[in-house]
Amino acid sequence: MKSIKELEEIRKKTLEKVNLRKDRKGTRVVVGMATCGIAAGARPVLLSFVEEINKRKLMDVTVSQTGCIGVCRLEPIVEVYKPGQDKVTYVKMTPDKVAKVVSEHIVNDRPVIEYTIGYVENRQNK
Amino acid sequence: MDFFRSHVLICGGTGCHASGSDDLIEEFDRLIEEKKLQREVKVVRTGCFGLCELGPVVIVYPEGAFYSRVNKEDVQEIVEEHLIKGRIVKRLLYHDSIAKDDTIKSLSDVGFYKKQKRITLRNCGVIDPENIDEYIAFDGYKALAKVLTEMSREEVIQTIKLSGLRGRGGGGFPTGLKWEFTYRAKGDKKYVCCNADEGDPGAFMDRSILEGDPHSVLEAMAIAGYAVGSDQGYIYVRAEYPIAVRRLNIAIEQAREYGLLGNNIFGSGFNFDIELRLGAGAFVCGEETALMASIEGKRGEPRPRPPFPASKGLFGKPTLLNNVETYANIPPIILKGSEWFSSIGTEGSKGTKVFALGGNINNTGLLEIPMGTTLREIVYEIGGGIPGGKEFKAAQTGGPSGGCIPASHLDTPIDYDSLMEVGSMMGSGGLIVMDEDTCMVDIARFFLDFTVEESCGKCPPCRIGTKRMLEILDRITSGKGQEGDIEKLETLAKNIKASALCGLGQTAPNPVLSTLRYFRDEYEAHIKEKKCPAGACTALLTYTIIDDLCKGCSLCAKHCPVEAISGKPKSPYVIDQEKCIKCGVCMEKCPFKAIEKK
Ligand SMILES: Cc1cc2nc3c(=O)[nH]c(=O)nc-3n(C[C@H](O)[C@H](O)[C@H](O)COP(=O)(O)O)c2cc1C
Ligand code: SF4
Repeated sequence: MKSIKELEEIRKKTLEKVNLRKDRKGTRVVVGMATCGIAAGARPVLLSFVEEINKRKLMDVTVSQTGCIGVCRLEPIVEVYKPGQDKVTYVKMTPDKVAKVVSEHIVNDRPVIEYTIGYVENRQNK
Repeated sequence: MDFFRSHVLICGGTGCHASGSDDLIEEFDRLIEEKKLQREVKVVRTGCFGLCELGPVVIVYPEGAFYSRVNKEDVQEIVEEHLIKGRIVKRLLYHDSIAKDDTIKSLSDVGFYKKQKRITLRNCGVIDPENIDEYIAFDGYKALAKVLTEMSREEVIQTIKLSGLRGRGGGGFPTGLKWEFTYRAKGDKKYVCCNADEGDPGAFMDRSILEGDPHSVLEAMAIAGYAVGSDQGYIYVRAEYPIAVRRLNIAIEQAREYGLLGNNIFGSGFNFDIELRLGAGAFVCGEETALMASIEGKRGEPRPRPPFPASKGLFGKPTLLNNVETYANIPPIILKGSEWFSSIGTEGSKGTKVFALGGNINNTGLLEIPMGTTLREIVYEIGGGIPGGKEFKAAQTGGPSGGCIPASHLDTPIDYDSLMEVGSMMGSGGLIVMDEDTCMVDIARFFLDFTVEESCGKCPPCRIGTKRMLEILDRITSGKGQEGDIEKLETLAKNIKASALCGLGQTAPNPVLSTLRYFRDEYEAHIKEKKCPAGACTALLTYTIIDDLCKGCSLCAKHCPVEAISGKPKSPYVIDQEKCIKCGVCMEKCPFKAIEKK
């Protein structure tokens, strides 16, 4: 027989799974998945995001894909939208960069500057 | 627990099921496996989304893309474009869900949903009804936990009373009062029953709740059991609802497994269990005394009341009987409080009502609106208007017990009392919209035909009286109406209403009385001029050839199945009215529009 505490645990645990189906205002991670993105390795990046979010049981994050973001040479590109903040665009993403973006930016609100488009572009121009 | 980046919700309600949603689920599963997306994308079969007209419906989250009329062949495109590349398949989107700037509107901004408020349908189309955990995720069984650990039985009853909830099965009796009567009744054993007979033609509100969110009814019945002092519940559901029956069985099993039904629930010492009883689908078995007789294994026939079920019901014991939708309101009322509930709706009618919208309307389907929403809002905003640019003529509510509301009353707020005032009734929630081509005498005849068919025959006013009324209506619609028929109908109606034993007979004349009230001239036209103003009663139609337009091509004569048309080529043809069977083929075939229907 379930106790109220167990019920609450089931509720929390399952809510994480199904919460996606309500209109929400949480963080959105968008991965560019057009042909160029997929060719550049966007799928492993997307999977790493799903895994990382799963591991940390982050409830208010959604991961979706989009078409070509427009700068094919910098793919895979990932955009992170946090409510009330400017969009941050990460470029040349790889699966091993994902953990840092999740822990620093998504959890602790500190964008990982060295992966962002501004930083990478500046460095390339030098 | 797994986080899936995307959820594909596929409607598994009866409507979408019939239009092939099972095949879609299979195809999604197959392709998702083929593309190795199993760990990222979850496919869920849900209850009804409401827009049955557009079925099968598939919603993909997190984007909230609302795909309508999806074919098996479309699934590949959704998987490859949307799920893999993130490109929404615009071609399949429900047109009303695309905003001006080409983005997807939130579901709550789509015309069909905007004016709705989903309390009883809160989980329909959102959760997997065969998974108790998903029900629990959206606060399921929390209300039961609350009443068992924090509230006295009296407090529960008081909360329901203060909420203003009234029965959704048709009668509109205050639910809290009914609970109190059953609580007060003396008896060593009491029962809690759920009426899921739903016999009105065209109604499928209760079915959708049972299919989409069965646990909400189980939870509410357990709460009712605690409040009135019962440990045994019965759900009387029609056997013609196989999906609902299966999901109820699964839900009961799961609830027992979790100890949410059974002995000592939440360690409180309260015991409650539920059994299903299948009905054979007789309309009269929805009447409360007939329903209980049927559960007892007897013939489903009504008996006189009093005694009311609250004092002497099932097996002679005090019994609480409520409708499916009534129950589905209970858990939110317990969790959010009576004040929250009574803030929704009108003075005498609190909360929301679910309607099955059908007939001549663009968005047929299931909707839930706050009480007090006007008929106009339902027809033109939620329902999307009348197809083919036709005029609204009337709406029928209350099924065979109800009546018609004409265009002049489009601004009537939908609540128990306003509907009574205009000569109709809330009923259980069937709402049929009729356009200008509908004959109101024929509609009355249709409903009376249903009652005559469904009358159990126990009492003469209903058994014989309704038959006499039907004979008169048959006569009128076939052009043989006589002077005095209207008066005869009125006398019969009055007598049947006053003397029939149960609600079926007492309300059977309503469709005739309400159409007489608003469309008396149509009855008169049928009787006196032998004309059907709407052009619907075929027996009263005449097809004639307009001489000036007829070129004498002879096409009509060739197609007439009974050789009623004769003439010489190149001069006007004539129709022999004696032979004509009013099939209309000639009119269809005439290239010069020379044939007139009147
Ligand atoms: C002929 C007839 C058919 C009925 N059919 C139904 C039905 O299908 N479902 C229903 O809930 N109530 C039906 N009722 C009303 C029930 O008798 C009863 O009033 C209702 O189930 C009580 O529940 P409520 O107070 O929650 O509305 C019917 C009544 C009559 C007279
Ligand atoms: S009113 Fe009709 S259905 Fe009701 S008991 Fe009499 S005969 Fe039967």
